[in-house]
Amino acid sequence: MNSSVIIFPGSNCDRDMDVALKKFGFRNKMVWHDDDKLPKSDLIVLPGGFSYGDYLRCGSIAGKSKIIQSVIDFANSGGLVLGICNGFQILTETGLLKGVLQQNKNIEFICKNIFIKINNSENKFFSNIEKNVLELHIAHNEGNYFCSDDELKSLEDNNQIAAYYCTSDGKIDEKSNPNGAIKNIAGIFNEKKNILGMMPHPERMIDQYLSGEDGSVFFENLIRNLK
Amino acid sequence: MKIKVIVTLKSGVLDPQGKAIQQTLNGMGFANVKDVRQGKYFDVDINENDEQKAKLATEEICKKLLANQVIEDFKII
Repeated sequence: MNSSVIIFPGSNCDRDMDVALKKFGFRNKMVWHDDDKLPKSDLIVLPGGFSYGDYLRCGSIAGKSKIIQSVIDFANSGGLVLGICNGFQILTETGLLKGVLQQNKNIEFICKNIFIKINNSENKFFSNIEKNVLELHIAHNEGNYFCSDDELKSLEDNNQIAAYYCTSDGKIDEKSNPNGAIKNIAGIFNEKKNILGMMPHPERMIDQYLSGEDGSVFFENLIRNLK
Repeated sequence: MKIKVIVTLKSGVLDPQGKAIQQTLNGMGFANVKDVRQGKYFDVDINENDEQKAKLATEEICKKLLANQVIEDFKII
């Protein structure tokens, strides 16, 4: 399986993602934002970080970069696209995903482990996944997912909510919501479920000695689904 | 010519920074401050002499980049 990670000026989770993808069997290539063509890929990843210093709005400048039109074409033709953290923000700014990531409700940068409950596993990202609740890491200032009531209804009606913040035993409540995201939303899909954006970082949870291994569960399952 | 743009959060959209500013002002003794909404201001210098054309171009710029219309409104002044 071939994957590509796009690097923007200010990306800082690109190499972690590269390590994670390779660890679980992807042949990964790094792609510079100023290129206009993507290598042949089964998966495109927009990594976390602070592209363009979060100027204007998080992800807004990266969302207009040269490579993005190829990413949009790839996504529209059904290709798998994964946006983590800043990658999620970029996906909403391009319009590939609905809504927007606003500043955290408590106006603080949050860096901690959280739990998410997978809400829809009828897609390439989560089908057959062994665990329903994953412990992952978040590190963001703008992760407070927001969309209009109409958009929220259509996300719910089309089963586009990928994951919710929850307690360690999978309870979705206000206390387990780290950033004020509407309805505890941690990640969403597009309508066809080939684009996933989420704030938590699975690539940071792939080593039992450094962190935890629920990210491994995610990547192992993903490559199995693609084979 | 220079066109001025103000981008603000739509009413009803949570503005945590505005809220923090309001609370700070209240704490400083400005007890009558009921609400603060924070926004952005842009000076766009466009190579165009016709004001109508410059404003039209700016509108396009606002829609495509300066404002995210999911949560923000823009005003060209």
